[in-house]
Amino acid sequence: MIFKKFNIENKKARDLIPQAITVLALLSVIIYFATNAQINMGNRGISFGFGFLNQEASFDITFSMIEYDGSHSYGRAFLVGLLNTILVSVIGIFFATIIGVVVGVSRLSDNYLIAKVAEWYVEIFRNIPLILQIFFWYFAALRALPLPENGISFNDISFLTIKGWYVPKFIWTNFNIFLLSVIAAFIAIYFINSYATKQREQFGKQLPSTSISLVTLILIPLITFLFLGVSLTFEYPVLKQLSSTVYTYEGGVSIIPELIALALALSMYTATFIAENVRAGILGVGKGQKEAAASIGLNKNQILKLVVMPQALRIIIPPTTNQYLNLTKNSSLAAAIAYPDIVLVFAGTALMQTGRAIEIISITMLTYLTLSISISMFMNWYNKKMAIKEK
Amino acid sequence: MNLIAKPSKENIKTYVPIGLFLVSLSFLDVFINAFFNFNLMGFLPSQLSYFLPLMLGFIGFYLIRIEFSGVRSLDVLNKNINSNNFNALLTLFTIFIIIKSIPPMLDWFILEANFVGNSKDDCTGDGACWVFIKVWFNRFMYGLYPDAEQWRINTAFLILFAVVGVSFFVAEKLKKYFILFLVFVFPFLGIKLISGGSFGLEYVESAAWGGLSLTFIISAFAILFCFPIGVVLALGRRSSLPAIKYISIGFIELWRGVPLITVLFMSAVMFPMFLPDGTFIDKLIRVLIAITLFEAAYMAEVVRGGLQALPKGQYEAAKSLGMGYWRMNALIILPQALKLVIPGIANTLLALVKDTPLIFVVGLMELAGMIGLAKTNPKWLGMAMEGYVFAGLVFWVICYAMSRYSQNLEKKLSTER
Repeated sequence: MIFKKFNIENKKARDLIPQAITVLALLSVIIYFATNAQINMGNRGISFGFGFLNQEASFDITFSMIEYDGSHSYGRAFLVGLLNTILVSVIGIFFATIIGVVVGVSRLSDNYLIAKVAEWYVEIFRNIPLILQIFFWYFAALRALPLPENGISFNDISFLTIKGWYVPKFIWTNFNIFLLSVIAAFIAIYFINSYATKQREQFGKQLPSTSISLVTLILIPLITFLFLGVSLTFEYPVLKQLSSTVYTYEGGVSIIPELIALALALSMYTATFIAENVRAGILGVGKGQKEAAASIGLNKNQILKLVVMPQALRIIIPPTTNQYLNLTKNSSLAAAIAYPDIVLVFAGTALMQTGRAIEIISITMLTYLTLSISISMFMNWYNKKMAIKEK
Repeated sequence: MNLIAKPSKENIKTYVPIGLFLVSLSFLDVFINAFFNFNLMGFLPSQLSYFLPLMLGFIGFYLIRIEFSGVRSLDVLNKNINSNNFNALLTLFTIFIIIKSIPPMLDWFILEANFVGNSKDDCTGDGACWVFIKVWFNRFMYGLYPDAEQWRINTAFLILFAVVGVSFFVAEKLKKYFILFLVFVFPFLGIKLISGGSFGLEYVESAAWGGLSLTFIISAFAILFCFPIGVVLALGRRSSLPAIKYISIGFIELWRGVPLITVLFMSAVMFPMFLPDGTFIDKLIRVLIAITLFEAAYMAEVVRGGLQALPKGQYEAAKSLGMGYWRMNALIILPQALKLVIPGIANTLLALVKDTPLIFVVGLMELAGMIGLAKTNPKWLGMAMEGYVFAGLVFWVICYAMSRYSQNLEKKLSTER
């Protein structure tokens, strides 16, 4: 008995000792760093705190989605950077998904040439560092565009120049009504689809739900244009001479070359990984599944929509989520070409001005952590929804 | 009913020659247009002559699309690039784009490019100015390392290649000594040789290191250190001891949640604040620590995948033989788990190599950084395209070779379970 008891305690102790050592070691490192930081900051006459976020930033940012100038606070500058990061990530994710799906499906094409071209696209763009691709687009490709006075014109509506891409600006009246109508259309579509599903499952009736949804989506917003006073006009960019040699465009929206280069590089690079995921996902659906679906009389579109895609998506989504996360994190490379994202604005300019390294780097890292965790949580939720519900 | 009979085995003798003729005519037209700038169909109205090759090719492909023709090469052709109208169109577009894009590429890379000379003024053609690469080649490889001392970098890499080369041919028994040398002795020998400061070698500070050799040095050291740390973290995450488990999870998720560039910023501006006043750690070492810890977190997740994939029976068998935790992991679990995740490990190492250019944020310049420096040199303005195409090619060759090697290794080591 005594031996047994001793043994259990011994096991407990054996578990406890390494844990205690690890925790103590970690704590002592943290305390060591913290005391050093305190001493160092004391020597420089700065104290730890986030009060500086309310101070006037007094630097300008080249591209901002919300109103900002030097008189706004550091907190506002942080928000501008964050919004710019989100903007480029969303654009990148959108195009990366499209290119990735097209390339991934092409790699499985029964057309030999298309499959080969897609394969080489993946091999080329995956094996060149992203930062080099960003540099290539920004410093080499986009710098080869013409000056504003002979910009590449798309029907005189939009102009591509070395200073950026000028696109028409949308000017809405009663935008809120339009927005509400779009939301209403989506709600209507949801009910139409659930009704169609019910009809199909209970009575075996096939309703043309896709075309009805499409008509709803067009019709409801159209009504607001016709009867509810919503209107949309465009403000086109117009070439204007500033001095004898300097031209620029006025009006419209200017998309800066930094954003174009970054979005291009991010989406083309990430697309290679998404393409591989898509390919693996489609290959992962067994041949028997398609044959079984065909044998119960489903047509080609139904097989794709009802049998192949739901199963393939389940394989595709988790690794693709990771790629979306990577894209968001990689958007921090913006700092290399001076696109004012959170790293450049906050961890760059603001840090230089205030010298508050610890606070600013911590906020930046925490922001990315929050972004990462929120995207992965959303995707986990979606994943759970898509997962096989076994009965 | 039909005005023209559907292409089939009966009319193969008339349709296939006509079809092939039309297809070749369409390719010839695009080819001559692209290479000699002469429009073969120029006599036609402009819009028609623009689309004519496409129409000719499409009709031609339609005519030769005969199932089970009995002619082997025709069947292979039809199956691979001409199985239906849509595929025929895709094929035509792809081939046209390839033909169209060859001449400008050829011009820029070779025909109009400049190879001789040693200043920007020697670049008179419209194509690439490879003189730029030639003149700066030394800097792109060695950074700002003094010319007279560059033999030291060369020697270090030569020793590395020689030892690796020889180790392929020696007996199995001796191989482990070679590996021990490569892992435990060589890195420190090499770094001493390159940095100098003793044995009569002149000291070269790390700020002067750069170019492609720095890419290799950083990659090699980060790989060397991140692997064991990653394995330990993976074991920690799977540990039954809660404190160790949660510390590992926290550590891994922290690094994986932030971009490398912020980690490098941290090592550059925040880390010195954490050290006693007056202590100075070399920039290169700080960067190495940052990259190593960052990649170790990714490595840990890869290794964890392997550990999870291993059947429980392996653990139980090892325990029933009376093995302790460390012996079980070292002799039974890890060898099998690591073999399972070779592709993942290779991808992580590949990502590490591709991440090295990011060290520009702390002011170290490897290949991409040196090109940034060279292209802003007043004597060489406007050379960005050449520089980045060159860097892209170099990195592409390295990464492609690595991924190919890992695929081979995976095949070689794969064992049936």
